[in-house]
Amino acid sequence: MSDAAIARMRWPFDPVLLYKALFLAVVAAFVAVPLLATVLGGFKSLGELRTNPFGLPQIWEWQNYAGILFSGRYWQLLWNSLVISSFTVVLTLIIASMAAFAFAHLHFFGSSLLLSYLTMGLLFPAATAILPLFIKVRDLGLLDSYFGVILPQVAFSLAMSVLLLRRFFKDLPHELLEAALVDGCSYIGFFRHITLPLSGPILATVGTIAFVQSWNSYLLPLVMLNSDALYPWPLGIMVYQGEFSAEWHLILAFITLTLLPTVLLFIFAQKYIVAGLTAGAVKG
Amino acid sequence: MSGRGDAIVIRGRPFHGPAAKSRRSDGRLTTALIFLPPALLLFTIFVVMPIGEAAWFSGFNWNGFGRPTRWIGLDNYRFVFDSRGFGIAFRNNLLIIAVSLLIQLPLALALALTLAERFRGAVLLRMLFFLPYVLAEVATGLIFSFIYDGDYGLLASIFRSFGAEAPHLLASTQTSMLAILIVIVWKYFGFHMMLFIAALQSMDPNLVEAARIDGASRWQVLRHVVIPLLYPTIRLSVFFAVIGSLQLFDLVMPLTRGGPADSSNTMVSFLYNNGISRMRVGFGSAIGVILFVICVTFAVTYKRWFMRDE
Repeated sequence: MSDAAIARMRWPFDPVLLYKALFLAVVAAFVAVPLLATVLGGFKSLGELRTNPFGLPQIWEWQNYAGILFSGRYWQLLWNSLVISSFTVVLTLIIASMAAFAFAHLHFFGSSLLLSYLTMGLLFPAATAILPLFIKVRDLGLLDSYFGVILPQVAFSLAMSVLLLRRFFKDLPHELLEAALVDGCSYIGFFRHITLPLSGPILATVGTIAFVQSWNSYLLPLVMLNSDALYPWPLGIMVYQGEFSAEWHLILAFITLTLLPTVLLFIFAQKYIVAGLTAGAVKG
Repeated sequence: MSGRGDAIVIRGRPFHGPAAKSRRSDGRLTTALIFLPPALLLFTIFVVMPIGEAAWFSGFNWNGFGRPTRWIGLDNYRFVFDSRGFGIAFRNNLLIIAVSLLIQLPLALALALTLAERFRGAVLLRMLFFLPYVLAEVATGLIFSFIYDGDYGLLASIFRSFGAEAPHLLASTQTSMLAILIVIVWKYFGFHMMLFIAALQSMDPNLVEAARIDGASRWQVLRHVVIPLLYPTIRLSVFFAVIGSLQLFDLVMPLTRGGPADSSNTMVSFLYNNGISRMRVGFGSAIGVILFVICVTFAVTYKRWFMRDE
């Protein structure tokens, strides 16, 4: 309180505050102008976009957006992305939390070795082995199917997820496990009825990371999928851009609409998203 | 840790010892046998085996059909290192790392120092600056390919309003990489800023106050108290900047696809353009192996040298 009061008293005399405000304004414009121009551009006609790319549209061309919203194509893309991301999140959570539980509570011969084996996955990106991965998915008969994308995505998100979950499981009060075991509860029962219900925050964090990565991913679906009908939205906007190459007003409207779910999710779940994406990085 | 539980070490032998104990040790073994295989199998099949196979395939001249038969030893690596495109891609990756470290990190740090204080709008600005990190690379790339567009783009209209001729940044070998670097800063500085803000907020405010009371100037406090306390976060941030730069791909495709004339390829987009889209499995695998070696060498040495205590 008093700090703020002093700062306010000093305000007219302190040039540092002015520099700070200026600095923030410049960066805010750097970030916001491209985004605003994209949203507004979708409301303009192509001719107006050329003469007036920055300002508000003189005539609001709602049909750019309406045309896309009423086309099956847009919803198909979002649906495909939703299917792929949801399966990726659910599978990642189930498989990673099971493994993390085993690493946290079942100390058996070789468990630390197996854990270091899994965390090797943090050292290199999926792109390094993308060609053999393509051949593997092809040989498994999963090419051009949702699962050809989902399974590799789950596999690559395991290392980070297991690390985060294991740390959380280990930090839960140890007396819980001992008491449950004495009362005759099995490890699996303990995992289902005690560990998981207590792990809401970390499951949300891991789920958020997996979802955002899967929702935005481009390289894996690009390599694994051939038919437009299965494309998730990042592939879909590239195809759309290819078709309407110079009709920027339509492309901008399409980009805006495909980004809308991400932005809405970000606004409503920003706590989890910021915590997830930064904490995931710090603790991994 | 758990006195009684740990006494039993599992090495098979399900029906051994007193009934109660054996039920508990069984329980562990069975649980481990149910809980671990899904993760280990998926990881082995889709992460570890492909890396091993990349090393194996890189010895062949193979188009991906049938079995690899034409063994050519290390020739693929020679082709990679001899190709002009790979040299450019490698240099571009170094350039991205340099910009990430010399421009993006200081910017993120300066913003974090400004926004870690509480004032009206600080949280909103933090969210605005973090937003680009959440948006898909492909969409970001398309937005900026509009901004850079020589006919309709924002940049072109700025140039025209000064009566200058609009540049086609993405279409020139001289400027394509510059254009991509600007987008990289736009997209990723918010992530590093958030790392720094989290670190600043967990910092003991008494330290700064004590230094101020002892008569240190604002700059001295920053230089000798705050920044040293941020070193662990800075080291972490550098690590992510480098690893992220090495795998950059999604952003390049909508902007330039690596062109013109390979001028804006990264190692991964070079791998995509020359290995995957032409199904030159051996050549592409060799690039993958090189990238793998670079990533792992960097990660291991960096962790050993700079992040020993974390």
